[in-house]
Amino acid sequence: MDDSEPAATITPCPDGPLLVRGSFAILAGPGREDTVTDRGVVALCRCGKSGIPPLCDGSHRLVGFRAPAPPPPE
Amino acid sequence: MTTTHFEPAADGTAATHLPGGTPEPRGPLSAALLAVLTHEETEADRDSAAALWQRLDEAAPVALRETADIVADEDLQLSLFLLHLLHTGPAPFVRGDVEWDPRLIALRRSIEEPFEAALRERTATADPEPTSGEEVSEALFAMTAEVTQPTLATWASRHATADQLREFLIHKSIYTLREADPHSWAIPRLRGRAKAALVEIQADEYGGGAPDRVHAEIFARTMRGYGLSDEPDHYLDEVPALTLAALNAMNLFGLSRRLRGATIGHLAAFEMTSSIPNRLYSRAFSRHGYGADVTEYFDEHVEADAVHEQIAGRDLAGGAADDDPSLIADILFGARACLHLDELTGTHMLESWQNDRTSLRAPTVSEKG
Repeated sequence: MDDSEPAATITPCPDGPLLVRGSFAILAGPGREDTVTDRGVVALCRCGKSGIPPLCDGSHRLVGFRAPAPPPPE
Repeated sequence: MTTTHFEPAADGTAATHLPGGTPEPRGPLSAALLAVLTHEETEADRDSAAALWQRLDEAAPVALRETADIVADEDLQLSLFLLHLLHTGPAPFVRGDVEWDPRLIALRRSIEEPFEAALRERTATADPEPTSGEEVSEALFAMTAEVTQPTLATWASRHATADQLREFLIHKSIYTLREADPHSWAIPRLRGRAKAALVEIQADEYGGGAPDRVHAEIFARTMRGYGLSDEPDHYLDEVPALTLAALNAMNLFGLSRRLRGATIGHLAAFEMTSSIPNRLYSRAFSRHGYGADVTEYFDEHVEADAVHEQIAGRDLAGGAADDDPSLIADILFGARACLHLDELTGTHMLESWQNDRTSLRAPTVSEKG
């Protein structure tokens, strides 16, 4: 990978989770070394209602979570 | 649903299960097709082969003309399932270049054309068509919003008996023991953002390089954990036309370059209606005391498909729509067809079980085959 490129990217999905791609690890908690998942692309909950936090389980659709898409770039 | 049983004409052997034998015909067309497929041609019996082909040629137009509903027609849907199976296997009659026999491809097309037309007619809508990738994504998420109240999964999580969950797995096994395969056909037919998105989803479906994480293999463990066979199509004779139609639609879309938009829409709708129902199905199996060997498949899909639905809805469907706006109509068609067939199969199971009937064609016998 080019040095100017980030190792991981985070994409906020409109009305949905944060998609994380790249080279990263999600640790189980502060001071922990075990990881939550070894999936290559993960969706992190941002509606607060997931049954499998910090991962998304689709619950944002149950509760009508809203997070509008950003305006298109100029 | 027909209950007529047709004898395989070729040798009169009793029906057994794939791949150890041939499936049971469900009418004149599938009987004639199976006779052709299982016929071992030798120098001595060229004439009998010609007779079998002639019987097949005659049976197809009759079956197509006389069907009351091609989507629910046992004879036609089994025939189409077998013709698609020639491209993948496994089955004892899937040998050599049989998939490229022009006569069988012509037969396949003669069933696929009215099947596609029926799906288009049933899913037609007057809704205004989206014009951008972002609008396509929004339209897909909107049309799958009802998944927040999944009727069958909710009922199953509360009421399904162990026998009904067994039937559920049997229906599901027809597709899920080859999960993701029909959508992979679309990969070489896409470009750029949409291609990368489809590969990203499929790589996860196929375990990301770990054979035991291939979703079809995880489901095979569920089948074994429930005391069921994990052999593909072991239960083919038991599942009704509607269950086959759901997979046949995927293969119809997947095998056709023209229908690559429909494959995209189908996959998006499939992923968007997965996480919440699978959480409920996991609960249904847990309620009966089944452990992780059985529930892992469903738990995995809660997490995986929450990711896949975003990639499928936005980068795959949205990306393909932006790259080629002429695909938009078929993306929406594929999604609607997925939801329609899911509704038909779900309603069939629910109504059967709520009336204490089996949803299968005949009571299954574990030792059969």
